[in-house]
Amino acid sequence: MSVREPVDPKRTEDSDALTLDASASLIACPECDALHYDRDLPDDCTGRCQRCGTVLAAHHTGAMTRITMLALAALVLMVGAIFFPFLDLHSHGLEHKASILDAILAFSKGPMVLLSLAVAILIVALPVLRLAALVYVFAPMALGWHPAQHARTAFRIAEKVKPWSMAEIFIIGVAVALVKVAGIARVEIGPAFWALAALVLITVLKDTFMCRFTVWKTLAQRNTES
Amino acid sequence: MQVHGLEDSGATQHRILTAREAGYVGCRMCGRANPVGSTVCARCGTTLPTRGRAGLQPVWAWLIAGLIAYIPANIWPMLRTSVFGRTQESTIVGGVIELVEYGSYGVAFVVFVASVMIPISKFIAIAYLAITLEGRTRLSNHDRMKLYEVVEFIGRWSMIDVFVVAILTALVQLDFAVAINPGIAAASFALSVAFTMLAAQSFDPRLIWDAAQNTGQADKASEKNTSR
Repeated sequence: MSVREPVDPKRTEDSDALTLDASASLIACPECDALHYDRDLPDDCTGRCQRCGTVLAAHHTGAMTRITMLALAALVLMVGAIFFPFLDLHSHGLEHKASILDAILAFSKGPMVLLSLAVAILIVALPVLRLAALVYVFAPMALGWHPAQHARTAFRIAEKVKPWSMAEIFIIGVAVALVKVAGIARVEIGPAFWALAALVLITVLKDTFMCRFTVWKTLAQRNTES
Repeated sequence: MQVHGLEDSGATQHRILTAREAGYVGCRMCGRANPVGSTVCARCGTTLPTRGRAGLQPVWAWLIAGLIAYIPANIWPMLRTSVFGRTQESTIVGGVIELVEYGSYGVAFVVFVASVMIPISKFIAIAYLAITLEGRTRLSNHDRMKLYEVVEFIGRWSMIDVFVVAILTALVQLDFAVAINPGIAAASFALSVAFTMLAAQSFDPRLIWDAAQNTGQADKASEKNTSR
């Protein structure tokens, strides 16, 4: 169901000037720039761009509380995922356990430090930063308080970082590595693997509750009503 | 109210007005329509880039950087496996062939798609989108926007192979018996993926729609969409 109306340009015969309903707030589609009147949506409704179909607003009841809770849960799982071993290798009577921390430190010797840094940033630093920023933004709002002082900056960072936090890709990488190693050794999946898998599910769930434009609108509204 | 020259047929139909035509700069972060000339969005504080030909420069720059990094990624070895002192080096494609030889066709397919098909089709897709901004194209605006969305969504999945190398290196360190070490290609492949991700991110999909409007093409797709 689409509630958001596109702006209908009306021109009078004498002038070429466009007349817009100045009292209404306007919203521009991020993908195709089509202008829409920003009306409040009923609960659990989605507003799509009239031209390209991009979701412009999705209203979920209790979204703030759910996002806060899911982000907190994800942070806890993250701690487990980093420190517990995610794969356990047996070969020729030798055993070797690897945690994400080991995967990061694997490249720390020699010229591959850059790669080690990249893995650390993509798998640990950015996901943790994003989750922490989301808790910082949403926790005060879920409790009905004013947004935190730097909520705008924090949310902007969280959104910028989104494509670069790659925990779910790492999971597929673990699966591929498992198959590759299976030829030379016996491998068992460790607790961190399941923690990571749960983390990915929670992240997906959290992102479906979150509508960027609605969050920005709410942040702006709560900031002004002091 | 009369509406002049705005649509091909039917005065009841909506014609889409863009923020730019109406004298606004739309913020891609929060959607707010800022008055023209603003440099920072009043709602979310994001810097608003100027749109136009110059906007394509970073796209081309990142894309070329990605292409350059992709060449050593395929020539140099990705993994060095030593089993009882015998060292074997394998490239990206070599790794896929090895997996096929083991009989793991499914995993070989995943790795092939992630490290060969996705990067190459990304280079082509981004270049295609940037080139076709001028002039007519076979694909409609909607199709090109879909293409852009797919490229933006799928690009990060190429990192799989880099993570596989990281995991294998960490895991398979059983003294002299078996050891796996990363090759130079792992780093240059990671760079290539990052550069093409940046190329996709710096492409502004609104240019696709702008171009259609500038050349005066009738926006058939929007009529289809709004007449429902």
